[in-house]
Amino acid sequence: MVTRKIEILVGLFLLSGLAAFLVLVFNVANVDVKTGQSQYTLYAKFSNIGGLKVRSPVKVGGVVVGRVKAITLDEQSLLPVVEMTIDTQYNQFPETSSLSILTSGLLGEQFLGLTPGFYDEDIAMLVDGDRIDDTHSALVLEDLIGQFLYSVKSKDD
Amino acid sequence: MTTSSQALITVQNLAFSRGNHVIYDDVSLSIPKGQVTAIMGPSGIGKTTLLKLIGGQLTPDAGQIHFDGVDVHQCSRSDLFKLRKRMSMLFQSGALFTDMNVFDNVAFALREHSGLPEQIIRTIVLMKLEAVGLRGAAQMMPNELSGGMQRRAALARAIALEPELVLYDEPFAGQDPISMGVLVKLIRELSDALNLTSVVVSHDVQEVLSIADYVYVLADKRVVAHGTPQALRLADNPQLQQFISGAPDGPVPFHFPAQDYRKEMLGELD
Amino acid sequence: MSLIDHIANLGRNAIALVAGFGRAGLMLWGAIARVPNLAKGTPLLIRQLYVVGVQSMVIILVSGLFIGMVLALQGYNILVGFGTEDSLGPMVALSLLRELGPVVTALLFAGRAGSALTAEIGLMKSTEQLSSLEMMAVDPLRQIIAPRFWAGVISLPLLALMFTAVGIYGGHLVGVEWKGIDSGSFWSILQSSVEWRQDIVNCLIKSTVFAVVVTWIALYRGYQVIPNPEGISKATTQTVVQSSLAVLALDFLLTAMMFGS
Repeated sequence: MVTRKIEILVGLFLLSGLAAFLVLVFNVANVDVKTGQSQYTLYAKFSNIGGLKVRSPVKVGGVVVGRVKAITLDEQSLLPVVEMTIDTQYNQFPETSSLSILTSGLLGEQFLGLTPGFYDEDIAMLVDGDRIDDTHSALVLEDLIGQFLYSVKSKDD
Repeated sequence: MTTSSQALITVQNLAFSRGNHVIYDDVSLSIPKGQVTAIMGPSGIGKTTLLKLIGGQLTPDAGQIHFDGVDVHQCSRSDLFKLRKRMSMLFQSGALFTDMNVFDNVAFALREHSGLPEQIIRTIVLMKLEAVGLRGAAQMMPNELSGGMQRRAALARAIALEPELVLYDEPFAGQDPISMGVLVKLIRELSDALNLTSVVVSHDVQEVLSIADYVYVLADKRVVAHGTPQALRLADNPQLQQFISGAPDGPVPFHFPAQDYRKEMLGELD
Repeated sequence: MSLIDHIANLGRNAIALVAGFGRAGLMLWGAIARVPNLAKGTPLLIRQLYVVGVQSMVIILVSGLFIGMVLALQGYNILVGFGTEDSLGPMVALSLLRELGPVVTALLFAGRAGSALTAEIGLMKSTEQLSSLEMMAVDPLRQIIAPRFWAGVISLPLLALMFTAVGIYGGHLVGVEWKGIDSGSFWSILQSSVEWRQDIVNCLIKSTVFAVVVTWIALYRGYQVIPNPEGISKATTQTVVQSSLAVLALDFLLTAMMFGS
């Protein structure tokens, strides 16, 4: 009833289903198989995060070193706190490093730009759970336009 | 009634209806072991329904059907399945499984129920196919067979598990004279050789009368006559004689019950 | 017709509908609730996987490729107007993963495999093969319905994954090879916007739900067929119409649950 040919074709069918699944998981969703141990967590407080989202990349000079893991609001200061995970292979950032929210292109998505600070013997490296204090908030287009209009107006006067 | 032999199936006061249409009303009959019993009647009388009732596929509104002392409609599903392994049914259409060849069709019930090794199953299947003269067609698919061959293959499948009872649903309907003769001969020979109890439902009067040991005639929701073929031929029941001789009109009317013909044509009905 | 007649009609239809759901539920329950016999069931399942899955593969792969290509072409023409044609990747991938993959596959599956299942079972019923199984003390629900049900439930999600994967490569073909989007940015933007749980798991959940519904409707329509040629052709049409509507309605429901908030 079930010939060898049918068995082989059904086997191939199941395999191609599995292959499609793996392609979607690893090639399309780019799931990181690396476990949590190879990452460490940093925090940063901003006054305005603009359009930053969970999973937005953290870049150093354009190289993705980690991703935003969570965005919460600090209950006391009522300022947004961004939690990000950084790959352990990039663990040589001094405490003086600064973070800014940047936009790729005029209308593109927003990401975190990490600028490594200066380094000398007194200054330690950032480790798991540390907070970056030197942050620059997102540029909000409406605010910029408002400032521009204001300055134009004041010149006219 | 042949009191000498024991009854394998007894039907008592059976009543069955489909929706508002009453098919049986108080039918009683008994089918003796090891004999060929025929159930005849005009088409549309529900003869196939009777077989399905015996096989437990339908449940009667009232009355009992006993198979070898067990009430078919009172036992559990697993007991019913046990009973069904002792009976088999030859359907009017043959009902061969269209996705298997003839060999696998005949082997199907054996593989499902017997637990025998494949080598022995092969031997049994070839023996059954030889008995119906289709050993050469073992590898053919059902749709490659003629109607008569399909019915013979189905017969081989029906006897594969060596049942005690075979129910034949219209085995002669739509067959040419030669395959009809072949089937008549097969049914008679098989029931004699295997000591089968056979129930043949049919309206092919002459064929049935030639092989049956005992005949029941159903009409008008009940048994109208029963007896041996000889007795029936001589009986003076006009309804029975009309059926046996095939007269177009008589006690069984040609017309389906309707309102007055003249009035309907003239539009005088309300 | 008086008002009472209309109310009685409504009541009768409602009762018939509920009874139909009940019968369909009982059929499925009877088919899959019992412990399967692996030795006998596996060959039956493999055969049905061949009929339901392998034989639907060509239509699914070809449709997936074309839909991905069309999506990319239309999307490119719109996105290029905003200068954001780099976002073509996520647009194609997300539309396929979230909607088109599960839905179009289910619709094609209903037309290709669902109607075939209904016709096959309807034919088995009208040629008394199902009765014949019953009389051989073999439960037709286990022998006929169960393997087909499982084959459908296994095949459709796999087919939806293949459809989506091929569709994304179709989008890549048009976007990168033809329209000249940079391959690196196509993939990297795509990868940063597709998420494993939100998109791929939901795609699988959707297509599994559709698989259950489409296969169930197809089997029930075949099992309940009025055993004559007219009944079979009507049941086949009903399978395609009802399962397509069910897929689209359920898709809205699932989308609202998954992406609504």
